[in-house]
Amino acid sequence: MKKTKLFIAVGGMVLLGFSIFLVSADHIDAPNVSGTTTDLADLFAFEGDNPNNTVFIATLQGILTPGIVTENAIFDEDVLIEFNIDNTGDFIEDLVIQAIKRGDTMYFFGPASPSQTGLSSEVLTFANRNSVRISTIDNLEISNNDGMTFFAGPRRDAFYMDLNRFNDVITGAVAPDGFLPPGEASDFFENLNTLAIVIEIPNSMLGTPPAHVGGELGISGLPPAYNVWISAKRKQ
Amino acid sequence: MIKMTIFKNKILFFAFCSTLLFVQCVDDDDNGNVIEQETCDDGILNGDEEDIDCGGTACEPCIVGIEFGGTYLQEDMIGRPAINTVFSGSDAVKNDFNITLITERASFQPIFEATLEAYHDIYAVALGIPIEDLDYETNILGLDAFNFTSLLAFFDTLQVAPNGQTTYFDLNTGVALTGRTLADDAIDISLMLMFGGKSGTRFDGNNGTPQLTSDGVDSGDRDFTLPFPYLEIPISE
Repeated sequence: MKKTKLFIAVGGMVLLGFSIFLVSADHIDAPNVSGTTTDLADLFAFEGDNPNNTVFIATLQGILTPGIVTENAIFDEDVLIEFNIDNTGDFIEDLVIQAIKRGDTMYFFGPASPSQTGLSSEVLTFANRNSVRISTIDNLEISNNDGMTFFAGPRRDAFYMDLNRFNDVITGAVAPDGFLPPGEASDFFENLNTLAIVIEIPNSMLGTPPAHVGGELGISGLPPAYNVWISAKRKQ
Repeated sequence: MIKMTIFKNKILFFAFCSTLLFVQCVDDDDNGNVIEQETCDDGILNGDEEDIDCGGTACEPCIVGIEFGGTYLQEDMIGRPAINTVFSGSDAVKNDFNITLITERASFQPIFEATLEAYHDIYAVALGIPIEDLDYETNILGLDAFNFTSLLAFFDTLQVAPNGQTTYFDLNTGVALTGRTLADDAIDISLMLMFGGKSGTRFDGNNGTPQLTSDGVDSGDRDFTLPFPYLEIPISE
């Protein structure tokens, strides 16, 4: 009885404190952006097929069901997507690559030092300009220039997790068992799409990476690494 | 004498300039070759281009005249996967996290640490263990609760190494925090770092423990071996 009461008390506290319907990785992560055109889903960054390049992928407007929802999903001309690169280790962006839609085209500016850092941005129209026609479900459009390769358009979501079970696990609804075994677990994102922006860029354009931040926390042996994040900013 | 020299120089200069007038761009050296295919980088306005090497059916759109002005304010951001979703707790904190500079995130660390412990409390209760006896345990990267949540709160960016393997955490090679590939199982890695303890297997569903270190799904039939843009075409109905 005592145990039950305690469980209800702790469970209740947790339920109060936590949103019940959580979505990962960053898909509809916060109420103010959920379901809007600034809602980022994921950031991927990895070595390209050319090992001298790094690939940056931003996905946004996640949870696009196949068919009409995916066909109708469009980038917002009022939303600036920025790939931020800190190459000095102070967690302030030293270089940005900006992406913004006009008409049927995604325009890219940079990499370049931003005119101002932080939460507010202007389009760096003085910087390297590139563009790619936005792909459709049926037409793949890729452009190459200045050593970089660009893509923008709908793609299958690469992210996978058992979202429904996750929501039950963190609220204690399925305690003490936790997650389901393979075969019983279900990938919520298996048949969903997202909008994606992909840039492949020579590492030589990103500067020298700083010491890995893990070193400050006692993790030794990590190689120098840029600190990278993406931001979605709306025109005021 | 000086005047004469200047005069002579003027004559010479005039003569030199005059010769420029007779330089012609006669295309008489290509032996009848014809430029059959206008391209988007030939430096001339041809085909159905709207301006030199832009517009029309073949080239990229002309950028002149397109408006890019204005100020843009941040609404969302992401570094590592799932951080805000999993650790911020309340809706207000989640909203705040997205519009707080990475360098000003000190206030989020205690929130993240409390969340991490609250997850453990749920399972302590379910397992009939006093909540003070079941806490987060230093994880496989050697990070205690403070350092782990500091990494997530203060330094919530994706570390990307330009040299060597790029991975969120590859247990086979031991390489960690050098990027994030499409194939990386970000959720299992995150769960292992949260609930796996030093061994990575603390709560793995064995020996009467709950399964908290893997969500049980993998990438399924996704193909992560594709060339640029690396992502698969959209799922159709």
